[in-house]
Amino acid sequence: MVVRATVEPDLEDVVRRYEPMIGLEVHVELGTRTKMFCGCPTGFGAEPNTQVCPVCLGLPGSLPVANRAAIEATIRIGLALNCQVASWCRFARKNYFYPDMPKNYQISQYDEPLCTGGWLDVDVAGETGDTVRVGIERVHLEEDTGKTLHLGGATGRIHGATESLVDYNRAGIPLVEVVTRPVAGTGARAPATARAYVAALRDLVRSLGVSDVRMEQGSLRCDVNTSLAPVGAGEWGTRTETKNVNSLRSVERAVRSELIRQAAVLDRGERVVLETRHFHEEAGDSTPGRSKETATDYRYFPEPDLVPLAPDPAWVAQLRAGLPEPPREHRRRLQAAWGLSDVDMQAVLNAGAVGLVEATVAAGTTPEAARKWWLGELSRRANEAGVDLAEVGAGPADVAALQQMVDQGTLSDKLARTVLDGVLAGEGSPAEVVAARDLAVVSDSGTLIAAVEQAIAAHPEVAAKVRDGKVAAAGVLVGAVMKATGGQADARAVRELVLSRLGAA
Amino acid sequence: MAERAEPTELTRMTATGIAGLVAAGEVSAVEVARAHLDRIAATDQRVHAFLQVDTEGATAAAAAVDAARAAGAPLSPLAGVPVAVKDVFATRGLPTTCGSKILEGWRPPYDATTVARLRAAGLVVLGKTNMDEFAMGSSTEYSAYGPTRNPWDLARIPGGSGGGSSASLAAFQAPLAIGSDTGGSIRQPGAVTGTVGVKPTYGGTSRYGLVAFSSSLDTPGPCARTVADAAALHAVIAGHDPGDSTSIPQPVPDVVAAAARGATGDLAGVRLGLVRELAGEGAEPGVMAAFREAVDALTKLGAEVVEVSCPHFGYALPAYYLIAPSECSSNLARFDGVRYGLRTGDDGTRALEEVMSLTREAGFGPEVKRRIMLGTYALSSGYYDAYYGQAQKVRTLIARDFTAAFAQADALISPTTPFVAFRFGERTADPYQMYLADLYTIPANLAGTPAISVPCGLSGGMPVGLQVMAPAMADDRMYRVAAALESVLPAPAPPQL
Repeated sequence: MVVRATVEPDLEDVVRRYEPMIGLEVHVELGTRTKMFCGCPTGFGAEPNTQVCPVCLGLPGSLPVANRAAIEATIRIGLALNCQVASWCRFARKNYFYPDMPKNYQISQYDEPLCTGGWLDVDVAGETGDTVRVGIERVHLEEDTGKTLHLGGATGRIHGATESLVDYNRAGIPLVEVVTRPVAGTGARAPATARAYVAALRDLVRSLGVSDVRMEQGSLRCDVNTSLAPVGAGEWGTRTETKNVNSLRSVERAVRSELIRQAAVLDRGERVVLETRHFHEEAGDSTPGRSKETATDYRYFPEPDLVPLAPDPAWVAQLRAGLPEPPREHRRRLQAAWGLSDVDMQAVLNAGAVGLVEATVAAGTTPEAARKWWLGELSRRANEAGVDLAEVGAGPADVAALQQMVDQGTLSDKLARTVLDGVLAGEGSPAEVVAARDLAVVSDSGTLIAAVEQAIAAHPEVAAKVRDGKVAAAGVLVGAVMKATGGQADARAVRELVLSRLGAA
Repeated sequence: MAERAEPTELTRMTATGIAGLVAAGEVSAVEVARAHLDRIAATDQRVHAFLQVDTEGATAAAAAVDAARAAGAPLSPLAGVPVAVKDVFATRGLPTTCGSKILEGWRPPYDATTVARLRAAGLVVLGKTNMDEFAMGSSTEYSAYGPTRNPWDLARIPGGSGGGSSASLAAFQAPLAIGSDTGGSIRQPGAVTGTVGVKPTYGGTSRYGLVAFSSSLDTPGPCARTVADAAALHAVIAGHDPGDSTSIPQPVPDVVAAAARGATGDLAGVRLGLVRELAGEGAEPGVMAAFREAVDALTKLGAEVVEVSCPHFGYALPAYYLIAPSECSSNLARFDGVRYGLRTGDDGTRALEEVMSLTREAGFGPEVKRRIMLGTYALSSGYYDAYYGQAQKVRTLIARDFTAAFAQADALISPTTPFVAFRFGERTADPYQMYLADLYTIPANLAGTPAISVPCGLSGGMPVGLQVMAPAMADDRMYRVAAALESVLPAPAPPQL
C-alpha cells in the first residue's frame, strides 16, 4: 500500500538539520501447516498449550527436524526480493534465557543466512510520488517463541508483574526475518518510506501465498531502527530499535515520533542511547526498554542438531520460475488495462480491492463497474460491518452476476442492492436470492400492458393530458404501474409503454 | 562363535543364549526377568549400578513377550532379553535424571528412539543405570546419586560416564546395556569392567531422546559381555531415524555377520594400523603389556599389523574440551526450573531470573558447572574464533588423519584407556587427571567414526581394553576384529560379588 505522507512542520525542521536513517526488521510467520522443527499444527487462536509436543516444548532429549515447506517459502521470499540464495548454509543457536523460549536458545541463522543481498522497489506516495529502492541485507529462517502473558503489573510487561503465564502454541512456528540495509536520503519522508516498505513487503509476501501477513494477529511484526546524524556529518548516528509496532500506521508514527525525539535529545546536546524502545499504539510514542549499551552476547554457534542446508540449484531455479508477477508490476499492468488514473488506482489500493476488482473483471464485468461496486456499495457495507473488504460476504463472482443482471435489465440498480442484501445475509448467490425473493424486474409485456391499461383507465384526465402532448404528466401513470407491480418493473420501459399506448411517443 | 560352554545360570548366560531359550520355550521371559531382578536386588546395594529398577515394567514387558510367543507371533532375535538403560535416555513414564538433581522426579512423556526400538524388539528394560551427571565424567563419581562401584574391586571406579551400564554387565545384573559415548563414555567403562563397549558411527544410531550433552559428539551404543551380543544389540538400535536429522539414511552394516565371521578366528588379509600417537605416553606399563600381547594374538590370527601415524591426535583432548563444553553450555540452558524438574527459591518474593539462578546453582554439580562456564566462555563474542572455531579446525585435521590412516589399514587399534580402574577419589582433585581417561577414545568422537572396546587381559588383576577403530559406516570391520580377538582372549570372569 502506498500512503500519502503527512509531514509535520517539526519533522521538516528536523530534517533541515539532521539526516535520518531508517532500517527495518520484519518478521513474517509462515503459514506452513506444521511448525518449523516438529509436526505440531500452527493454527491461530487454539487453546493455550494444545499445539505442543516434546520438540517444540524443548523437552530434554528432543531434536528438531527442519520443515522443507518453510525452507521453500523462505527461498521464494528471497527470490522475490531479488536475493542470492545460499548454496550452503547452516542454522545457528542464539543463546539467551527467557521463559517463552523452551530451550533457552532460539534456532535461527547468524552469519550464514539463506538469502542475502536483494532489494525491493517501493512506491512512496506524496508530493513527488517517487520510488525508493530499499536494499535487502538478508532473509533468514528461525523459530518463533512462545507468548508470555504478564499478570499483576500495570503495564502488562514483565517488570512489575506478579505472575506470568506462558503459551507455547506459537513456539516453533517458522518465522522469516527480512532485514533491510540502512535506508538513507529519504528526509522528511522517512516515516512514509518505512510504512510504504512494510506495506510493499506485506503485499509481496501475500502474493507468494506463504503467510497471511496480518499485523494485528502478529503474523507480520516489525522492528524499526532509527537514527539521526547532523547534516554532513559523514557518519551515522546512534540508532534505537522500536518494537511493538503493530500496524502500518504505527510504522509511520513510530519513525516520526522517534526522529523528533532524537532530534530533541541531540538539540539539548545529549547523546542518543543505544536501546530498544517500546511503541505505544494509543499515545503514538515510545518508552525506553532494554539498553543495548552493554551488548547482549548471544554466543551464536552453528546448530549441531541440524544438518547444513544445501538447496539444490535445480530446485531453486524451479522456485524462481514459479514466482508470481510481483505486486508492483501486477498493479501497474492492471492500472493500464483498467485505464485508471494514479489517483483512482490509489483508491483501489487503499481499499484493499485490487484482487477483488481483478477477479470481478475476470468474471466478465467491466473495470469501471467492478471498481464502482467494490469501492462504493461493498466498501460501505464492509465498513459498517467492521470487516475487511475480502470478508464482506460477497465475492467477485457474486458482484459479476449482479452486474450482469443489471446490464441485461433483469435488475434495476435499486433491486440489485436489495439482492446484495440477500447475498450478504447468506441467502445464496444473486440468482438464488432473485428467485427466492421474486425480485426480477417485471419485463413480461403482457403483464405490463395490462397494468398500463389499468392505470390509463383509472386516470382518464391524466391520460387525456398526455394525449394532448403534456408528456410530463405521464409520471402519474408510470407511478401507478410501478405501484401495481410492486416496484419490480423497469420504470423507463413502463414510461415508454405508457407514451406509446397514448400515442405520445 | 568360540566354543565356550554356555553357563546354565540365567544371569551368566549370553543375550543370544537367553533369546534362544526363550524362543524355544525352554524358559519364559518372565523367569529371565525375575532372575535378573533378583540378582539386582541381591547385589546392587554394593554395586549401585541402577538409579531406578522398573520391576513392574520389566515383568509386564517380559509377560508380553511370553504371550506373543504363546500366540505364535514371530519373535525378534533378542526378544525376552533384559537390558539396562543408561539414565540419559528418555523413558516414557519412568524417571530420567541424567544423574543430576536438576532432573530429579522428571518422568518423560515419550521414549527415546533407542528405547522404543528396544521395546519394539521385545527386549525387557530392567531399569535406568547410574552415570556421571549429564554424562560428564569418567568414573561416575560425578553422579548426584553417589558413585557406582566396579564389580572387579568395589573400591574402584567402574569408568564413566556410563559406569552403571558396564558395571551392571560385570555384576551379571543384566546381559545387555545401552550407553552413550561422547568422548569415551561407553568404551572406557567397558575397558575397566572387562566388558564390550561400542561407539557406533555418529549418525548410525539415533540421538532422539538421548538427553544432549554435546550434540555433535553424543552417540548411543550397545554394551555387552560378548562381541556377538553387542552386535545383536547394535542391530536392534541402529538405523536411520527421521526424528534425528543427523541420523544417516543408509543401511546398517551387517555387524552380526561380521562378529560371527570374526569369531572363526581368521583375520587373514586384514590390515590393522597401530596408532603411534595412542600407545605410549601416559599409559600404564601393565596396560601396554596387555595391549602388546593382544596385538601378538591378532597377528597370529593372520592380521597384518602396521604402524600408522595420526599427527593431530595430540590436539584431540584440548579440542574436545572446547567443543563439548561449548555445546553443553547451550544444551543445558533449558534446565531452568520453569517447565520441569527441580525449582529452587520460588517463594513468591524472587524474580524469575533469580529463581532460574538458584535452581541451576542447586541443581547442577561441580563438574557440570565447570563445563558450562568453560563453554560459555569459549563461545563468547571475541573468543569464539580462538576457541570454538580453532577446535572445529582441529576436528577437521583429525578426520583427515583418520582418512589417511584408513588408506593404510582396514582398522586401527590402540589401548582403550591409558590406565585401569582407579580408586575412588584418586582423580577428582585435578580435573585434567580425570580427562586423561579419554585420551585414546576422543579422536573417534571428533571424527564421527566408530570404535569398539573389547577385553584384552588384566593388569594388576584389573581388566584392560583394546580399542578397534573403523571408518564411518564400516562398523562391521571393528566387530570382526574384536570378535576374532575375543575368540582367543575370552573376557576374564570377574570375581564373585
